Amino acid sequence: MSKPNLLSKLAILADAAKYDASCASSGTIKRDSTATGGIGSTEGMGICHSYAPDGRCISLLKILLTNFCVYDCRFCINRASSNVPRARFDPQEVVRLALDFYKRNYIEGLFLSSGIIRSEDYTMEQLVEVARLLREEHRFQGYIHLKTIAGADPALIALAGIYADRLSTNVELPTEAGLANFAPEKKPATIRKTMASVRTREAEVLDAAKSRLIGKAKPPRFAPAGQSTQMIVGADAARDDDILKSAANLYSGYRLRRVYYSAYSPIPDASSDLPPVRPPLMREHRLYQADWLLRFYGFERAEIMAGAQGGMLDLAIDPKLAWALQRREAFPVDINCAPREMLLRVPGLGTRAVDRIIGARRLGKLRLADLGKITVSVKKLLPFILTPDWRPGMLTDSADLRARFAPPPEQLALAL
Amino acid sequence: MREVVLETPGDFAEWRAAARGLLAAGVPPEAVSWRGAGEGASLFGDAGTASAEASVSVSRELLVIADRVICHRDAEVPARLYRIVWRAARDQQLLARRTDADIDWLMKADKAIRRDIHKMHAFVRFRRIGDDAGRERFAAWFEPSHRILRLTAPFFQRRFTGMDWAIVTPDARAIWADDELRFGPGGTRDEVPVSDVVEDQWRTYYGAIFNPARVKIAAMRAEMPKKYWHNLPEAQDIAPLLAGAEARVERMRAEAVSMANPRTEKWRTRVAETGTPTDEVATLGELAHAVDRCTRCPLHCDATQGVAGEGPQGARIMVVGEQPGDQEDLQGRPFVGPAGQLLDAALDEAGIDRRRIFLTNAVKHFKFQPRGKRRIHQTPTAGEIDVCRWWLDKERALVQPELIVTLGASALRGVTGKSASIASMRGAVHALEGGAKLVATVHPSYLLRLPDRERAAREREAFVADLARARKLAA
Repeated sequence: MSKPNLLSKLAILADAAKYDASCASSGTIKRDSTATGGIGSTEGMGICHSYAPDGRCISLLKILLTNFCVYDCRFCINRASSNVPRARFDPQEVVRLALDFYKRNYIEGLFLSSGIIRSEDYTMEQLVEVARLLREEHRFQGYIHLKTIAGADPALIALAGIYADRLSTNVELPTEAGLANFAPEKKPATIRKTMASVRTREAEVLDAAKSRLIGKAKPPRFAPAGQSTQMIVGADAARDDDILKSAANLYSGYRLRRVYYSAYSPIPDASSDLPPVRPPLMREHRLYQADWLLRFYGFERAEIMAGAQGGMLDLAIDPKLAWALQRREAFPVDINCAPREMLLRVPGLGTRAVDRIIGARRLGKLRLADLGKITVSVKKLLPFILTPDWRPGMLTDSADLRARFAPPPEQLALAL
Repeated sequence: MREVVLETPGDFAEWRAAARGLLAAGVPPEAVSWRGAGEGASLFGDAGTASAEASVSVSRELLVIADRVICHRDAEVPARLYRIVWRAARDQQLLARRTDADIDWLMKADKAIRRDIHKMHAFVRFRRIGDDAGRERFAAWFEPSHRILRLTAPFFQRRFTGMDWAIVTPDARAIWADDELRFGPGGTRDEVPVSDVVEDQWRTYYGAIFNPARVKIAAMRAEMPKKYWHNLPEAQDIAPLLAGAEARVERMRAEAVSMANPRTEKWRTRVAETGTPTDEVATLGELAHAVDRCTRCPLHCDATQGVAGEGPQGARIMVVGEQPGDQEDLQGRPFVGPAGQLLDAALDEAGIDRRRIFLTNAVKHFKFQPRGKRRIHQTPTAGEIDVCRWWLDKERALVQPELIVTLGASALRGVTGKSASIASMRGAVHALEGGAKLVATVHPSYLLRLPDRERAAREREAFVADLARARKLAA
């Protein structure tokens, strides 16, 4: 292997991986190298070691084992019919890159995915082999995220979960119709079955751990950081409502830790029916906000969509504010006596601020100045809250409330 | 005015010993002047002798925070911390008073330290300086905002146990070698090599993973402040990457869609065509495949898989349930969840061997409502049951059971095509078209939902009795 060859492979196979949004290295068990004398640790909280100018964190070495692929998904740069330059790492090369980067503190671990070569099973075997080499031959204790190849044998998935912290199977498109149209070889049923096999395997391993005989060593956890998936936003005609519905189903069915939303980016050598537009970054952002409301703020999907139009979230204001503007009769909320679930619905209050308010108000009434020490922006709260020294009066019902929060309209350029 | 001189800034033990003595002696915070060694002495200071008799206790949580905050570079820190412990000794609730000015300051200072620690964990960059008998040696130069090296070194020790390393900062250095973590004096940047062979690979990776279509400079800067850039080999590429981004995206847009690459056909093996679902099934195996691909009603969109019946083709008894539940949907087999376990126990008591009967459901896909991390079962509509009868009829035709046991109202409708109450059908044997007999009983999940234990036990007995009657009828 000559040096430039490795560099050009790295360039091709990292470029091919950048359309996968996930880079999380959090949520796994605590481990370190004190006992093994090797390299690596995971401490629960992942670390972002760098940031690219696209604002995304770089926490894992995110690469493809190969970008050759027998599938022809039209939204994908690596589809069979694409003219993109192709490359393939052998497992040892990936292991060396990951360790070299790790020892210099560039990364938290490895995120390994791959195009499908020969068969789903063969591809999955190759991915598992890299993880095995790292764990068994090199005593690597850092983070490993493996892509599970939909349709691979459950026995391989079970093996992958022994070595990996997290597994992910990408749904890619939120609707059955979109997938049938853009990714003829990908079957939603196959993807869901793969996720189901991860979840059932997780449960089996947990049960085995619980029912083990006293004194026996604890068996290793299966994919302790759980599983995740990704949906591409804006490549097909799916609406935000479809996307959130699909996400809610996936969260409930397969106990996903995260659904990633990835604004469709133009790819070189694109298929002609794909939008050659700028990626809908704001839409992606609003979907994440809605996803958070579903998972941490006790919102139902129907409530979030009440603030939407035609199944699409408002791009100008966040979904919580959009909901609050529809439900003004629920406001203002008294900071000093409202229940937790109502405080969570105040635009501008996050889960942490709510916890702090509840802790602080036990020790005395909170005034506006006190809120300033608890939250970042009191100004945003004003129309929606009551404190002993503040009443919003007519502000809550004022017609221009939306305009106060929405970004100012942009001046159109005048033709000369 | 009592004067305290701290020799080593950021040394918690030294500050703690002094603060302890002052607290024990009852010296109020306004009567203490704290200064670092080498700072001008105050005109009115007296050194005083600190007694190490600790009689004042403060909470562990406060000590943990103070241990971090003492590393803050603000010269006021020792004095402010002393005022806080003085007050905390007199007010048990002090730490919870987030809106108190001192606590507000403490929390902000602690947050600054924790952020600094986090950034140090992230942005230290080791450079290789050689290896000793296979054990690699690395060094890094880093300038933290505060004196946090002693707080961060253990993290690097846990993570990089298998190599020797040194981190040099302007205030102090940490060295991990010979299984020992040692601290030494501060140093300068030129003690660490200026580059590393792997940096080219790292920069290549950094450039390739950047997506030029999504430029978000503010987001990058918020998390990776410029003050750290001179330490990061990849930072020199930020400006050129940004400068070229627009052109790269334009090029992508301008490039007309090219023809499909003909070379790929050489290595591209065709993915096995699953073919269109055919309804012509001759065996239970073919039927299971066909059920899994069924799209006759929208239920297949959200379920994992279609769950066909299970059991021998010549089974005498066929047990029909409502629909797969959460576990059945995941595993692709009927009656493996909680209701299935209850059914197994009841079959056992009734003397029926599960392996010799055919178990299936009126509806083959799981219908549910997502609720957070759980899927709440939804009763299938009459329409859904009727559409799915297509499969149930095929199963009946293949298995040819003498006796069908329906569990619950949905199963009854699936088999008979009519909605009837279980109460009206239960306890009798009904003849079906084609010669089979029908016994109707409740669904085991109904037994699971009964809150009253006595009633649940009675209902369970009745359920087992129904099954036992079925066994006798089919004998």
